[in-house]
Amino acid sequence: MSIALDPAPKFAEYAHPERLVSAAWLQANLDTDGLVVVESDEDVLLYETGHIRGSVKVDWHTELNDPVTRDFIDPTAFAAMLSEKGISRDSTIVVYGDKSNWWAAYALWVFTLFGHADVRLLDGGRDNWVAEGRELTTERPQVTPTAYPVVERNDAPIRAFRDDVLAHFGNPLIDVRSPEEYTGARTHMPAYPEEGALRGGHIPSAASVPWARAAADDSTFKGRAELDAIYKGEAGLSEGDNVIAYCRIGERSSHTWFVLTYLLGFEGVRNYDGSWTEWGNAVGVPIVLGTDPGETPQARR
Amino acid sequence: MTEEALPAQLSDIREDFLALEQRDRLQLLLEFSNELPELPERYRDHPDLFERVVECQSPVFIFVEVDAENTFHLYATAPRESPTTRGFASILVQGLDGLTPEQVLAVPDDFPQSIGLTQAVSPLRIRGMSALLARSKRQVRERTGL
Repeated sequence: MSIALDPAPKFAEYAHPERLVSAAWLQANLDTDGLVVVESDEDVLLYETGHIRGSVKVDWHTELNDPVTRDFIDPTAFAAMLSEKGISRDSTIVVYGDKSNWWAAYALWVFTLFGHADVRLLDGGRDNWVAEGRELTTERPQVTPTAYPVVERNDAPIRAFRDDVLAHFGNPLIDVRSPEEYTGARTHMPAYPEEGALRGGHIPSAASVPWARAAADDSTFKGRAELDAIYKGEAGLSEGDNVIAYCRIGERSSHTWFVLTYLLGFEGVRNYDGSWTEWGNAVGVPIVLGTDPGETPQARR
Repeated sequence: MTEEALPAQLSDIREDFLALEQRDRLQLLLEFSNELPELPERYRDHPDLFERVVECQSPVFIFVEVDAENTFHLYATAPRESPTTRGFASILVQGLDGLTPEQVLAVPDDFPQSIGLTQAVSPLRIRGMSALLARSKRQVRERTGL
């Protein structure tokens, strides 16, 4: 049971228009059977201040991450969480969030690790919904729990680990952090807490494309031509490339993973969620300082 | 620093949080967020006085005042779109206002970890409140020479 796609002409330019919906489409479909709207924000309280009618909240810190091991939740926990939120395996999920859908894209990526088939982003996220004057409510939705099946998480197609990155040299890497993090001037985002990396810099050969360049001022995704100019023009990606994206903990690079995979149509793009908080602390991995991508090391297999 | 020495207004806040289920603790934090006082008129046009708390994930600015009666006051601004940070600031404003500088300096640095929010909000986010407390204490030292 899949809900009709948003026929907006802007989306038709993208490789996978079925992965985006507009605010107007969502408004018109809020009561459509089989649709579940999920809000996922950086700020854990934002949903409580007001959310799209009927939407449920997923928090990246407390619900998507395993509380002990540095990893995502396991299949049993994922099934329990989705059941509690009234999501079925065949639900159409639309995710939206603050900061140009940064955390919404992360939630979408984690849902994709568990093979949830129909999960889409609200173009422009929370900010654009509000900017268009659409309503938010503080009323908690009436959720009927479901029985979401326990499905194995399949990491390999879209998730890279450190050894995968070491074996990947010679193929393109995209570093989506700020220029200051890329050059090694700092190990965390400007104005964000220090999360502890012993070394600054970037993975050798990685091209620098800060994630937010994919978003327009109104938080919606830029059009196809602009995105092609950034990723294929400036960053030098070519059709058929096997790409790994990374940032600091894998959240900003989920946004870029979405852009490369669904908007530009690259196949096999992986998100290295260990990212700089692993690489910048790992013993014996190569690092480059400064604005230059640096020489490509020998792939280690 | 013994438990008993925690000023009553701070221990009341802690007890209020700890008495609630996890989900309701977020609601209480939201109430604090909504209660963050506006800046008094005399400080409204003085961004120069305020210090940015860079450890927080959203723009929050604080300014400590120790008045002629040797009483501590904390003023903070944070955007409505950042309710968690506003809530943290509001807890400290309500919990510390009216204390003496000595009492503020005696508040345990791990007070933010002790009010039952680490699970509901996550330990990483709680660090923002720790930074607010640490910077408030530093400003108290600067104002008083303690």
